[in-house]
Amino acid sequence: MAGPRAGKSRANGAANGDTSNNKQSLNEASDKELYSGNGVDKYSGYDTSIAVADHDDDMEDVQLNGRTLVGQYTASKEMMDEYAHGDAGEADILDSREKQAQIASRETDYQRRRFDRALSPSRADPFAKDGEDGGQSYQDVMKQREFEREEVRVQRLVEEKERSGGNEVLDHQPTLQDNAPPAANGDRTPPMEKKRKRRRWDDGEAAAAAAAADTPAATAEAKEDSKEESEPKKRSRWSPAPEEKAPEAAAPARSRWDTTAVAPSGAATPAPTANGARPTMQTFAFGTDISNRNAPLSDEQLDVMLPGEAEGYKVLEAPPGYEPARRPVGMPALPTGYQGFLLPEADNSLAAMGKQLPTEIPGVGDLQFFKNEDMKYFGKLTDGADENEMTVEELKERKIMRLLLKVKNGTPPMRKTALRQLTDNARQFGAGALFNQILPLLMERSLEDQERHLLVKVIDRVLYKLDDLVRPYVHKILVVIEPLLIDQDYYARVEGREIISNLAKAAGLAHMISTMRPDLDHQDEYVRNTTARAFAVVASALGIPALLPFLRAVCRSKKSWHARHTGVKIVQQIPILMGCAILPHLKGLVECIGENLNDEQPKVRMVTALALAALAEAASPYGIESFDDILNPLWTGARRQRGKALASFLKAVGYVIPLMDEEYSNYYTSQIMEIVIREFQSPDEEMKKVVLKVVSQCSNTAGVTPVYLKDNVLPEFFKHFWVRRMALDKRNYRQVVDTTVDLAQKAGVAEIVGRIVNNMKDENEAYRKMTVETIDKVISTLGAHDVDQRLEEQLIDGVLVAFQDQTIEDPIVIDGFATVVNALGERTKTYLPQIVATVLARLNNKSATVRQQAADLISRITFVMQKCDEDPQLIKLAQALYEYLGEEYPEVLGSILGALRAIVTVVGLHAMQPPIKDLLPRLTPILRNRHEKVQENTIDLVGRIADRGANYVNPREWMRICFELLDMLKAHKKGIRRAANNTFGYIAKAIGPQDVLATLLGNLRVQERQSRVCTAVAIGIVAETCAPFTVLPALMNEYRVPELNVQNGVLKSLSFMFEYIGEMAKDYVYAITPLLEDALIDRDQVHRQTAASVVKHVALGCVGLDCEDAMIHLLNLLWPNLFETSPHVIDRIIEAIEGVRNAIGTPLVMNYIWAGLFHPARKVRQPYWRIYNDAYVQSADAMVPAFPTFEEENVRRHELDIFI
Amino acid sequence: MADKLRAQQQLEALQARYIGIGSADTTKHEWTSNIARDSLSSYVGHPPLLQYMSIGLGQTREKTRLQLLERMVRPVGPPPEQQD
Repeated sequence: MAGPRAGKSRANGAANGDTSNNKQSLNEASDKELYSGNGVDKYSGYDTSIAVADHDDDMEDVQLNGRTLVGQYTASKEMMDEYAHGDAGEADILDSREKQAQIASRETDYQRRRFDRALSPSRADPFAKDGEDGGQSYQDVMKQREFEREEVRVQRLVEEKERSGGNEVLDHQPTLQDNAPPAANGDRTPPMEKKRKRRRWDDGEAAAAAAAADTPAATAEAKEDSKEESEPKKRSRWSPAPEEKAPEAAAPARSRWDTTAVAPSGAATPAPTANGARPTMQTFAFGTDISNRNAPLSDEQLDVMLPGEAEGYKVLEAPPGYEPARRPVGMPALPTGYQGFLLPEADNSLAAMGKQLPTEIPGVGDLQFFKNEDMKYFGKLTDGADENEMTVEELKERKIMRLLLKVKNGTPPMRKTALRQLTDNARQFGAGALFNQILPLLMERSLEDQERHLLVKVIDRVLYKLDDLVRPYVHKILVVIEPLLIDQDYYARVEGREIISNLAKAAGLAHMISTMRPDLDHQDEYVRNTTARAFAVVASALGIPALLPFLRAVCRSKKSWHARHTGVKIVQQIPILMGCAILPHLKGLVECIGENLNDEQPKVRMVTALALAALAEAASPYGIESFDDILNPLWTGARRQRGKALASFLKAVGYVIPLMDEEYSNYYTSQIMEIVIREFQSPDEEMKKVVLKVVSQCSNTAGVTPVYLKDNVLPEFFKHFWVRRMALDKRNYRQVVDTTVDLAQKAGVAEIVGRIVNNMKDENEAYRKMTVETIDKVISTLGAHDVDQRLEEQLIDGVLVAFQDQTIEDPIVIDGFATVVNALGERTKTYLPQIVATVLARLNNKSATVRQQAADLISRITFVMQKCDEDPQLIKLAQALYEYLGEEYPEVLGSILGALRAIVTVVGLHAMQPPIKDLLPRLTPILRNRHEKVQENTIDLVGRIADRGANYVNPREWMRICFELLDMLKAHKKGIRRAANNTFGYIAKAIGPQDVLATLLGNLRVQERQSRVCTAVAIGIVAETCAPFTVLPALMNEYRVPELNVQNGVLKSLSFMFEYIGEMAKDYVYAITPLLEDALIDRDQVHRQTAASVVKHVALGCVGLDCEDAMIHLLNLLWPNLFETSPHVIDRIIEAIEGVRNAIGTPLVMNYIWAGLFHPARKVRQPYWRIYNDAYVQSADAMVPAFPTFEEENVRRHELDIFI
Repeated sequence: MADKLRAQQQLEALQARYIGIGSADTTKHEWTSNIARDSLSSYVGHPPLLQYMSIGLGQTREKTRLQLLERMVRPVGPPPEQQD
């Protein structure tokens, strides 16, 4: 039972991820004597914590959506993790889908540190009317934090000692030695001796010693003891060190052997466990569940099995201070890396029977799912207890539990009603009852996005109702919500912000500060970081001015540099969150952190520089006057710093310079450039990134002259950054390209392009690509006017080489080629033969990619070729492409068709070789190709031919194409369907509507809805292009087919047709009315709906064209449909009525409305009022003459009686 | 249920913009007041109509206009007593 260090107790906050040390590791020799494992920590010399280099790190490894949350200066870690997390990480196919959906499974180690935090006990609400309500007071919390800090300090001391070989005290020594004298007191083992000694700070005054924890930890304890008594502490108002004794938690008496978890209650502080462990509850197949056999033995069983006192053995008491690891809700059963037997859950009878998980919980109904983990929280609901015997509190608890389960696992309608009930009854339930159930659920490891979203939503709604009742739970809520602020998912971050800002508004600034203050100098960096972010949210919710005095005090804290660091971090987060909204308070914020630029702690200096950078970035281009005071320290500081700190200072400098006016920016740039240029050669990736950014920022300012850049910056810049190595890393690549483009804005195209043009012939492909991309960007923004003859040759030569040597499919090179050629314009003429020859050769290449690239290039350069009068060359290309229409790779075929289309566009149909009448028949079979790219390009080409040169092809060919086109109406891509529809119109125009229409009408009988809809659209288009009278008779005749789909299709075509022809509708109103009459009195409501949309378009088409009689007739038929309830139907009906109202005038329709406005039945009044309201919104003035006349004296409109 | 809620919200949003619209719960008093106000504003808003009425009443247009505007306050008398 007792491991080597079992005597060591761990307090709540002190989980450092190494709690597993008291278990026998599987890959460690158990015989330490022989294998000399004794006393030597095999991890000594390694960093055991996540933050490499220090226990405090600026969370530099968290990356969200490809961009970092804070300025980062250690890149290597993310590169190392690149393949472990995120998109780049390979999906483990053995991982179940379920597990992949879990939030915890895609978190970084840093983010997983949230599991190290535990829900704190409720806090007292100092604003409550009845004063103390029994929660932890601010003093208690501050004291507790100090304990934690002290504990960490001591632990660090111990570890240090251990590392330096002083293992005599700490190492495990067997208590039952042959010749050792029996221990005087059985409950004390030697390691405990030390432990006891260390716990001296348990007694009151020593707590103050903890306050000095930030003094170097190496001080001897005894020395400290004497010191603390003599020296009265200076305390800041914000950090009172409480002096009274901490109440020892009274642990319930427990069986000596009992290590199973006690069922946790939400209010208690659960001990955290190490992070990183996966949820361990498994589903067992029948007969493989060994958890019962492995269950801990009871005292009785042990008494039977082991020799007792009679035989001279004795049961040792557990050492004092030893507490069995109690597992809080949501914590994994075992520490990291432990792979031994599985500790069963508290109520293992329920949790372990994975197969028998209920899908239906009494009183809840059918759920969408029910997971193993849910049993832990909701198991109570299945125990079948009699609700009549329960107290009100218990009933309430169950009620909440049921509602939460419905919200979390229920179907959408269940969720909705449950959420509503929770919200409405929030105040009756009470904050405690609610949060004690919600928050542990959020700490669950196997939580998925959807569940988290729903639970967070519950909190949000409940928060709104509870208002100030929430105060005692603010910290608990923060513990679970703060991790959302550093989630990868943007929406999770937004959700987190919203909750925290609502929380701040509900609890008030003072309470938020007193709740979060103790976490500002928390010993765990993760806690400080998330607290800083939360504070920034509070600032944005309650206003910066309200928080500024507090921030000022924190940033000047004398007591703890952690507090200063966190304070500055808050100031850094505020601009990131609020953007330019910080401008009114910029001066205050800068003043607040200005002094920290000269802090004694390098970390504080760094974060200050980063905060200044963030402030300047948000303020840009205003607010330089606010930075006046810190310019000097910043610039002199930059001269003094080295390494990471220098990088952060340079970053700040880079963001401040663009705010300055010309004169100043010139001066300050020259001051800093020396250092920046020196740092060009830094091997540090972060430094590279920063100097690149600074260079581009400086070169963008007006004060920096092209001459200065050319003389001082460019040579060094190209020497250090235009090297092959830079092209290999994606981040550097991007940065270098952007910076070079920025430099080109100042230095000119020729200067920059001239320096890199030869790189396009480099042997390294990535480097070539980087060059091409840079040239592409430079030339597309600045043009190629100052490119001289020589450079021009080099350019064309270079892009040709880059194009030819390209192995990876990437549009960059082709884009670059097109940009260069198009920018040079007519100057390209001399090079065209060479280019065409290359392209022709490559069209014949055996590699499909090469062929595709060649075809793609053609479609990009046809315009320039035409401008250079190279039509013969174009024809040559067209003929070659025509040969390749038999291409088997669809991607390549698509490109070839695209190239052909581009050529046809510039040469014209008449001049096209091969002639269109040869080309089109070759395209007909290609129309059958199902590949999207092919479809898109063919339909485009065919449509163009049908539009411009339909007469080049005989009608029979067009009919054939019509049949093929019908299939295209099923395409997934909207563009293809639209192109196909338009092509129908062109073809119908070319060969007359009859045949096309017959084809289309036949297609109305098919099953697929989408196909029918598209056919209807096509008919509408044909009717529009060939005049309605050519189509309408056939269409109306088709309506006689006694088949619903066909009739609907006809109505739909009519609807589209009338929409397209607009006012032409007037000529067809009387022709179409009998058909509509029939449709509007059909039994099928979809039928009436479609007819209504026809009426709408007809009515809108003939507004003011003297068709009122027909419209009134249609209105009479429409009106009874008013009581339809299906949303689509009623919407169409109302639209039709509105259309008719426009056609016949509002007063006439009002006559229909008066009848039902005050009908005794609500069901009647409702739709009537809807129509009344629509009429009122659209034409209130027109209603005035139509209002009814009243007989009552006071209601009567006497003015209307005036008569001259 | 949800639809009803949404319809209710939409109605409220619309009512915020167009005060004269109503619903199934509109009372006679509300409706007639709206009618009266709409009519009055329409008379004021159409100058020829205002002119016509002024001539009929034998007073200046401005005076008629003011009269009409003033009548917009409780155009159909005080609201009925709440009985419940």
